[in-house]
Amino acid sequence: MLDVKAGDEQSFALLLHRYRSPLVNFLYRMVRNREQAEDLAQEVFLRVYRAREDYIPSAKFTTWLFRIATNLALNSVRDNRYQRMEISLDAPVTTDAEDGDEKTMDVAEKHPNIEQHLIEEARRRMIRQAIEKLPEKQRAAVLLHKYQELDYGEISKILECSESALKSLLFRAYETLRVELAPLVAQQARQ
Amino acid sequence: MSCGRMEKKIMGYVDGRLKEGERLEMEKHLSTCAVCQLRVNEFRAVNVLLDEVPMIEPSAAFDVRVWARVAAEPARQSWWAWFAPSPRVAFAASMLVLAMAWIGSQSGSNLPQIDQADIPVLENYDVISSFEPLTELPQPVQAEDATQQNQEM
Repeated sequence: MLDVKAGDEQSFALLLHRYRSPLVNFLYRMVRNREQAEDLAQEVFLRVYRAREDYIPSAKFTTWLFRIATNLALNSVRDNRYQRMEISLDAPVTTDAEDGDEKTMDVAEKHPNIEQHLIEEARRRMIRQAIEKLPEKQRAAVLLHKYQELDYGEISKILECSESALKSLLFRAYETLRVELAPLVAQQARQ
Repeated sequence: MSCGRMEKKIMGYVDGRLKEGERLEMEKHLSTCAVCQLRVNEFRAVNVLLDEVPMIEPSAAFDVRVWARVAAEPARQSWWAWFAPSPRVAFAASMLVLAMAWIGSQSGSNLPQIDQADIPVLENYDVISSFEPLTELPQPVQAEDATQQNQEM
């Protein structure tokens, strides 16, 4: 980031390459819409670019980056400005394109292991919906903790709360997930 | 350690982020508390389930859009840029200098010319103007002559 501050555009390209995927994934899980997540991720990079000359490395770059992303995501969710797209049989299934490729819904007869595929799909949908149902701040805490693997200190700075409050947030979030995913949790615990 | 105190430490235990002393204390509690042990197992199961949510890839046009938005940003000029030479500013400054030089040359030619013989008088002007005998000088002769002529007529 200090190189970006010095006007090195190649360093900005490096930041873009390094953080685009974690940011888009984090925002996708926060706002539940791929297109919206990409728009917000672009906005994050734009704000980083705008702020490059005033950047002071007082905190880790990832903390600063995800703080911008979290604020944008929370504002977006709270404003409820964006509606989830309705899925039609012909439309690209963007919210279910877990492997990253947009695709149309499979017709049952064409899939070789359709039953297994449907079970796995239902399982993933259940987990995703359980995450989506969490209150925004709990959801952000889980995503930053689980998928970005940030430490408690960083996450508490991003969410502007104490480490103690963060641990309570995570505990409540996991309690909710444990209840929501009870059948899968029991199955998993037996393995 | 009571079950209530578990709340703040259970995630750290599941993650393996507890300090050695805290971990030992937690394990001591878990060995005697089946409820907390079950919760730890279930939290671990939740953690594994969360791994099943796959990552998505940003679209191919993502970088292009970011660079387009960056390119559309107005260039920020630093404070020092104010001093940078600009053709318009340079032209205006040179015109101003020329105009001042021309005005200076014109106004110089209109100044009254001073005779060299007047310079000592001007240098002593303060003395002369306040010299008392000079204030009591008789009326000009021409004026007296003019009144005499009028009386004769």
